[in-house]
Amino acid sequence: MKLKLKIWRQAGPKAKGGFETYDIDGISPDTSFLEMLDILNNNLIHAGKEPVVFDHDCREGICGACSLHINGYAHGPDSEITTCQLHMRKFRDGDTITIEPWRSAAFPVVKDLVVDRQAFDKILQAGGFVSVNTGGVPDANSIPVAKDDAEESMDAAACIGCGACVATCKNGSAMLFVAARVSSLAKLPQGKIEASRRAKAMVARMDELGFGSCTNTQACEAACPKGISITHIARLNREFLKAKLKD
Amino acid sequence: MTKLDSKLPHGPLAEQWNTHKADIKVVSPANKRKLDVIVIGTGLGGASAAASLGELGYNVKIFCINDSPRRAHSIAAQGGINAAKNYQNDNDSVYRLFYDTIKGGDYRARESNVYRLAEVANPIIDQCVAQGVPFAREYGGLLDNRSFGGAQVSRTFYARGQTGQQLLLGAYAALNRQVAAGNVKSYPRHEILDYVIIDGKARGVIARSLVTGAVERHGSHAVVVASGGYGNVFFLSTNAMNSNGSAAWRAYKRGAWFANPCFTQIHPTCIPVHGTQQSKLTLMSESLRNDGRIWVPKNIEDVRRLREGKIRPSQIAEEDRDYYLERRYPAFGNLVPRDVASRAAKERCDAGYGVNDTGLAVFLDFGTAINRLGIDVIRERYGNLFQMYEKITDSDPYHEPMMIYPAVHYTMGGLWVDYNLMTTVPGLYAIGEANFSDHGANRLGASALMQGLADGYFILPYTIGDYLAKEIQTAHIDTSAPEFAEAERAVVERIDRLFSVRGKQTVDELHKKLGHIMWENVGMARSRESLERAIEEVAALREEFWRDVRVPGGNWEMNPEIEKALRLADFLELGELMARDALNRNESCGGHFRVEYQTEDGEALRDDQHYAYVAVWDDDGKLHKEQLNFESIKIAQRNYKE
Ligand code: FES
Repeated sequence: MKLKLKIWRQAGPKAKGGFETYDIDGISPDTSFLEMLDILNNNLIHAGKEPVVFDHDCREGICGACSLHINGYAHGPDSEITTCQLHMRKFRDGDTITIEPWRSAAFPVVKDLVVDRQAFDKILQAGGFVSVNTGGVPDANSIPVAKDDAEESMDAAACIGCGACVATCKNGSAMLFVAARVSSLAKLPQGKIEASRRAKAMVARMDELGFGSCTNTQACEAACPKGISITHIARLNREFLKAKLKD
Repeated sequence: MTKLDSKLPHGPLAEQWNTHKADIKVVSPANKRKLDVIVIGTGLGGASAAASLGELGYNVKIFCINDSPRRAHSIAAQGGINAAKNYQNDNDSVYRLFYDTIKGGDYRARESNVYRLAEVANPIIDQCVAQGVPFAREYGGLLDNRSFGGAQVSRTFYARGQTGQQLLLGAYAALNRQVAAGNVKSYPRHEILDYVIIDGKARGVIARSLVTGAVERHGSHAVVVASGGYGNVFFLSTNAMNSNGSAAWRAYKRGAWFANPCFTQIHPTCIPVHGTQQSKLTLMSESLRNDGRIWVPKNIEDVRRLREGKIRPSQIAEEDRDYYLERRYPAFGNLVPRDVASRAAKERCDAGYGVNDTGLAVFLDFGTAINRLGIDVIRERYGNLFQMYEKITDSDPYHEPMMIYPAVHYTMGGLWVDYNLMTTVPGLYAIGEANFSDHGANRLGASALMQGLADGYFILPYTIGDYLAKEIQTAHIDTSAPEFAEAERAVVERIDRLFSVRGKQTVDELHKKLGHIMWENVGMARSRESLERAIEEVAALREEFWRDVRVPGGNWEMNPEIEKALRLADFLELGELMARDALNRNESCGGHFRVEYQTEDGEALRDDQHYAYVAVWDDDGKLHKEQLNFESIKIAQRNYKE
């Protein structure tokens, strides 16, 4: 396959960025999108140019590192996958492909296509845990958990923290990310105890960190590579209200 | 003088860990606050260790190369975690888990360590449940289990095909809680490039910020290496792209001896290589072997027609299929350990029965299971794996069998540690995949997660106290000491040297060459000849690398090329040591298969008389031996046939 790539280049957080266009040829349809970028980078190095920097690690859709906006879609045109799982067979020979970093006030660009997502860690540090220390906990089977609850908790826990939801939301809201964690823990007896306190603390931190507010456009759900449902946002809102009522 | 004192406890196996814990020193809460610990890596081992040490009151700094601790490669573990809870009432026990692990490791691991691992596996499950890990449940609300290779009981706990992710998110949450409490300071996007040894003790590290390129000094009373394995020496592996051996290798260069470097695990069920542009391989979880049956055609004619696309696998009649694992190993069938399954696949493909166009693939077929259980049950069990497979291969495993082939997955070898998980450098610890201690020559499925968390939650937090108790008088480490300056200078020089080569080959091109040498000569089948060739070729490639590598850009910016170059420079040394170790070991055991040493029916032939030892290499490349003693288990040839 022969392709034209329009890629966002930006030297550093403060530098002014812009698109550069590159031609690439000889790409097999079975090649993954990131392998295609590897080939581009290899070519660029040989041509004496600087390779394009992008985040990636596991290349199997689980670590949440990869983060590209491709032709206007977070993680590209295929549904329920991450960029690293995208394959070139989803494109046509001769296509022009536009590649950008996540765009969000809370995720400043570090370089080229790499953004800083530490704000996500900070939200979780505000309360995305069960307050237990190592050791001294009861036997794993001492508290039964309904299968449906465990499954629903797992649905939410599938979040990989990639940030596609934020990047897709026109408000730059992190509600789906926060809701996934809050909901996953609230569905289990172990996490339920702190549920409203957790919701309140995480939402407060989210607001502080410059994420926008949720206006229920549902764009996040469509962009989520793990298919996490916005029904979790409703649960987050319930827990949040409970906390507010207690105040 | 040898430094190898394994500090193994004495007495009955079942009492050793308790006795040992009673014997080692503890540090008072007030003194813990004065002590600094550095943890390298945020996978299951590193995250659980840092969180637990933070809870105890130590000042912890934790480093990782990713932008968030949650992205460490433990996240990608799919299948599950073992524990001998015996919830299934199938006669499981700590002893049986211990026995299976020693046997699975082909009798090349320490009894004492493995018994302890089996013992602390149970509290790990309790801990994870308390953290809110959504393990799979039965309708009655109790925890579900499944089976993994090398075991005849169901002892594997799981969270769909994302067990590693869920366990890591649990450990990461515990870590976040400690970060919020101010007990742990987190340094994402930092790579450790050297260690600082003062008066023979580990006193800190030299780290490089992967954002600014700045080289930083960090002092501490103890350092914990939890940086994972070195499978990426093969270029193509199931490891994440950034996984590397440098943190361990740099420790080796500073005097932490390296054990059993040749013990590499080749995982039997990975998606086959598709072409020369491939960057990494994808694992299909071992859990699939619970319901999937592995086969190739019996008739070479069918193989030919498959490759030409003239028939589909489903058109090959039942009686014309060779379910070769069930045929060769009736007692364990498709659930033989990984090394056995991998070799058997290679044997069939070498004989010409590989089912894809490269001849390097076998079928993993769910037809029987779908007929028996229905498609919905299979979807519930493996849905995300099937989706992953389909996205990569464009073929639907609900209707056509998967094609799989073995790939490099895990390294059993690693930094030598004593029973306290301390390396040969006092104050320097290694946990999880970075150490060598628990899996012998082959790791059983669902045991990596178990070991990472065992080390981090329940072993290191105790054993490190024994060392730190003697350090309570030591003030915070002064990073202006000349040893820090020397280590920093060495790092800066290495970086400058790499930029200054300005050669013609990219790092990836050279890495692919190394991978090729390693896979062909130090891979699934090794011989004296291939290993001697590898030693020569790796040395030559190393020379080529330092003469001809091209590292673009500069140091003072985000520059993945310099990161990769530094890692490859270390792999080029480690690869040679792996070959040397494999050459020294004139036997076949577990993942180490020397073609000269096999039984008549092609099974690994161990030599217990001469090689029942841990091969430990010092930083001058000299071999030391730690003899393995089997007191509780009768050492025998592994038998998965009956
Ligand atoms: S690289 Fe890990 S999810 Fe894409």
